[in-house]
This record gives sequence, C-alpha cells and structure tokens, in this order.
Amino acid sequence: MTEAFLTRADAPTDVPLKRRLKRAERARQFKALSLVLPLLAFLLFTFLGPIAGMLWHAVDDWEVRQVLPHTVAALAAWDGKDLPDEKAYAALADDILAARAAGTLAIAAKRLNYAVNGFRTILTSTARNLKAQPEPGTAKETLGKINPAWRDRATWAAIKGASGPVTSFYLLAALDLTRNVDGAIVAAPPDQAIYRDVFVRTFTIGLSVTVLCLILGFPVAYLLATLPAGPSNLLMIFVLLPFWTSLLVRTCAWIVLLQSNGVVNDSLRFLGLIDAPMRLIYNRFGVYVAMTHVLLPFMILPLYSSMKAISPAYMRAAASLGAPPLAAFLRIYLPQTLPGIAAGSLLVFILALGYYITPALVGGGADQMMSYFIALYTTETANWGLASALGALLLAATLLLGVVYGKLVQGQQVTGGMKN
Amino acid sequence: MSGDASLRTASQRIAWRATIILSTLVFIFLMAPILAIMPLSFSSGSYLTYPLPGFSLRWYDEFIHSARWMASVKNSMIIGVASTVLSVVLGTLAALGLAQWKSRFKPLVLAIVLSPVVVPGVITAVGLYFFFAPIGLTGSYSGLILAHTALATPFVVITVGATLQSFDMNLARAAASLGAPPFYAFRRVILPLILPGLASGALFAFATSFDEVVIVLFMAGPEQRTLPREMFSGIRENISPTITAAAVILTTVSVILLATMEGLRRRNERLKGNSG
Repeated sequence: MTEAFLTRADAPTDVPLKRRLKRAERARQFKALSLVLPLLAFLLFTFLGPIAGMLWHAVDDWEVRQVLPHTVAALAAWDGKDLPDEKAYAALADDILAARAAGTLAIAAKRLNYAVNGFRTILTSTARNLKAQPEPGTAKETLGKINPAWRDRATWAAIKGASGPVTSFYLLAALDLTRNVDGAIVAAPPDQAIYRDVFVRTFTIGLSVTVLCLILGFPVAYLLATLPAGPSNLLMIFVLLPFWTSLLVRTCAWIVLLQSNGVVNDSLRFLGLIDAPMRLIYNRFGVYVAMTHVLLPFMILPLYSSMKAISPAYMRAAASLGAPPLAAFLRIYLPQTLPGIAAGSLLVFILALGYYITPALVGGGADQMMSYFIALYTTETANWGLASALGALLLAATLLLGVVYGKLVQGQQVTGGMKN
Repeated sequence: MSGDASLRTASQRIAWRATIILSTLVFIFLMAPILAIMPLSFSSGSYLTYPLPGFSLRWYDEFIHSARWMASVKNSMIIGVASTVLSVVLGTLAALGLAQWKSRFKPLVLAIVLSPVVVPGVITAVGLYFFFAPIGLTGSYSGLILAHTALATPFVVITVGATLQSFDMNLARAAASLGAPPFYAFRRVILPLILPGLASGALFAFATSFDEVVIVLFMAGPEQRTLPREMFSGIRENISPTITAAAVILTTVSVILLATMEGLRRRNERLKGNSG
C-alpha cells in the first residue's frame, strides 16, 4: 500500500518522504474532523445554543431597560443615598406615559414586582393617575402625590437594581438571597426563601435513592457475576426488561400497585398485617420506591461489570492463605468492586438529581425536586429568569459530578440510557 | 466462588443463601410492576384492582378505536423514526471521524457530543423552549424531531464507536489503495462491518425518542402529543384501564427492542470471536 502511494506519477520526488507522510496525515486528520463537524453544528443549534440561551436568561435584565429607558439613564449617576433628583422623576413620568401608550408597562411591572412585592400596583396606579407630563420642576411633587411610594428610596433602588443589562438578582434568589436597599447581599424574606430547602430535598432524595440502589443492587450484581453464564444471562433479563420498559409504564404500574385499594395494600390486609390501607403513594415513600425501581439497573450494570472482572483466583488465594471468608470478602473482594460502586453510585445520583416525571406523578407537594420548580416557573408563571437561575445551579451540580464520573470511567465502556 | 461446589464453610453457605434470597426479592421488586399491570389490561371490569371480574379485550378495543390514542401512536412513530434516521446519519459520521481523529481536543469534543445524556431533561427542555419558541419550532414536528435527535445521537456515537474499536482501519486504506472511491469503500467495506453497532445504536435512538416525555411536555402542541405524553395526562387525570392496555403495548415494543438488541449483541460477539 505504501508502495502504491510512493510510485504515484504526480508525487514530486524532491519533497522528502517524511514531509509527504506528514502532509497525508494532516489531510486525513482534516477529513476525520470534517466528519464530526456536522454533529457539532447540529448540537450547537439543538443543544449547546439552547443551554447557553438558558444560562443567559439567568442573568439577562432587559425589561426595565427597554420600558423605562430615560429613567434608567437618569438613575445611572444616582448614588442611592438620598431620593433621586427632579430629573429622574421627570424621566420616569416621560417613560410611564410612553409605556402606557405603547402598552408595555406590564413588562416592567412584572420584573419590578419580583424585586419589590406590590410594585405592579405602584406602577399601574401611577400610570392611571398621571394625566399628562407634569409642569417642569413639579414631577417629584406630582408623582409623590399620586403614590407615596415614590417618596421612598427603596422604590427607586428597585428600579436601579433592575436597570440591567445583567443582574445577579435571579441567581441570588435561587440561593435564597437578595439585595437590600443599599445593595448589600442579605437573606431573602422567609416567604420567598424556599429554594435552599428544595436543594436540600433534591440532594436528600438523590442520596437516599443512591443508597437504596446500592443496597439492593450489590447482592444482585454479585449473584449475576458469580453464577455460570447460562443462568446468569437468564436472570439478567429481569434487570434489562424493566430497564427497557417505558418510564411512564413503570410509574403507572407503581400507582396501580401502591394505591389505597391496590395490590400491596390488599395483600397486606388479606394477610392481616394491617387493618386500614396504608398511604404508600403520592408521598415520599412512593417517590423512593418508583425512583429506586427506575434507577436500579443503572447501579447493577456497572457493579456487575466490575465484579465480572475480578478473578476468582484472588479469593481462592486468600482462602488458601488462611483468610476467614468474611475477611477475604472485605479485604480482597470489596476493594476491587470500589470502582464499580463509585461509577454506579455517581451515575444513579446524577440521574436522580434531574428527576422530574416520577416525583411529579407519584409524589406529593413536599416531594417535588428542583426540576419541578424549573418547569413550573417556565410554563406556569413565566418567570424565565428564576427558572433559568435554578436550571443553571442544577446544571452546574450535574456537570461537576459528570466530570468526576467521566474521570472515573475513563477507558471503561459507557452504558445505559437516560430515563427520567 | 462459583456455585455451591467451592463453598467450604457453613458461614459461606449462609452468605450465599442470603445473596440468593435478597436477589430473588430484588428480582420480584424489579418485575412486579410489569407483571401486575399486564393482567389488568385484560380485565372486563373498569377498576384497577384484583381479583379480576373476568377476561375481556374491551380496553384494547377502546385503545384502537380512540382517535386520541391512535394519533399519539402515529406521532410517536413519526418522531421516533425521523429522529432515529437523523441521529444514525449524524452519529455514524461523527463516530467514524472520532475514530481517526487525533487531537488533544478530542476528549472535549467527545464530552460535548455525549453531554445530552447527562444533562437533566428539564434543563434541555427549558433551553429548547426558550430557543425554539421565537423561531416557531415549538408546537411543530420538526422541533420535536430535532430535539429528540440531539438526545438520541450520543447512543449512536457510543455503539458505532464501540464497534469501530475492533475495526481495522487498514481495511479502509486497503480499499482506497485498490482504487475504491470513498463512498464505495464505505458502503462495501466499512458499513457491513459496523452494521451491528449501527443497528443497536438505531434501536437505542428509537427507544430514547419513543420513551421521551419531558421535552414533549414543553414543546408539543395538541397536534404532536406522543404516546408517553398521552399516558402522562392519563396518569395525571385518572388512570383508566385503557392506560394499562397502552402500557402493555408499549412494553411489548420494549421487549421486541430488547430481544433484537440481545440478538445483535450475540451476533457481534460471535463475529469478534471469529476475527480475533
């Protein structure tokens, strides 16, 4: 093959062979890259771009800037110590009149209402009562008369805080923090400070499910790795079939099984173990059961492959050297399964953090995880900034763990699908 | 440690029995939902409880004659097949490129290509919702097909890439040196050898799209509701036995996919065994 390449008539013979080989190799590399480019371009449009867009929404602050442009400009030089000067009031009156005419006031009102509860009313009442542009020099007095809130420094601080172009407001809110009237970061008021709880809940559920999967998955993986190939492959079907069954089917089935007159409650009553049906679904218990069921194969499969790689000779050697079975298991076998345990646990934990469908269908209000609130703020209340900020935090946690996972399984084959 | 033969002491026997008992319980746990829901779909009564009042196919009949359910099956097939085709083309090309590409950026590119699997579904869905809404791609088949392709392609890259690891690139070079044009060499030399990986990638891709519901929840209009989406509203509102019929049909599809996959894997292993 090399010969055919060398004797090609058009190859200039004075170019050294080394350089020609290098050139050919470079052409090959270029060709290889050009095969990957279509997918990268596709993902840029359908995945990376949208995610970057979401991250931008977490800090983007365009509403007040667009609706009240003169006010924003007039407040640029305001030091925030005292009430702003007459110029800012006049600019605000201008902007409100223009926004009322254009019908855009609600956009700014919605954004400012996030910062100060009740700001919507301040803006709409002002717009309603402001008949015309106040006489020069009287804007401060006029606006103050229409709504006393304009005599409050906090009202103006809220506008300045929302002037954009970028804001830390949503990211702070996602961490239960806010800025006070002086711009210092303080704890958010208790009625808005719910997200740390949601984080803790998401991590608690994720961790509990991971531990449950490890406890249930370890003996199964051990059995499958130890049995001869025939029975082992047969039993593997019991792991793979649920793995391939639709998430919705399994969730639906758990509701049928766990509802108050479902199979589990009926059986327990038949056996005389309980008198009244237990509440097994639409609570945390139901979430744990359904999520563990969905994620268990993701634990069993990596555990199985790490156990399969352990030569039985090690255990025989330990036994022949006089190690008691338990000690041999703990000191010889278990350490060799650690990569599998780490990979499986991390995978289950990462997948569990992003769960949405299962908790939404089998959980109660107090069992909803991060994803639920991201979805809620996107579609129901259309608070895209907060949805994106929560999304950014969840994404950061996931990617961080994903990098660790990538390092862990480097060289190992990646298996499994994404089901949530 | 294999089987009862090498178990020497009483404590080892106890440990082994405990493993078997625990594993059996876990297997029951894994299979219970599927086994419990199947008979209910054949019930003649309209309550999802045992014992069944009698056997009937009325819920399957209702499923087949419901315009909503049938439309959702059609949508799932359209979106599933289209995104499978797209992701097989994009994923196979990328896997071929990645197999030959040597660069220090390769791990980064690989991480980007595989990232749709790791990123939580809601985040992808929200990002797509913000991104596609202004350009009119929400509430459309094309939007859903593009989104599902992004989710499914990593599986094609992984499975085809795994096949290529045992593929001797010199075969492609040999074909080229014998005068085969690139596409001919691909069709006659590379494609037949990577076909098992490509097929299991396609199955994975189809299953991913067929089972996906989060993105559909955000992006589908009433016209594009898929089978899982219809099941989601069914579970939310009230679980009628028609859902159990839908569930059994979905499970049957899963079993067929799984069996095909297993067959491909065995064939692939046989081929590997022959070549090396």
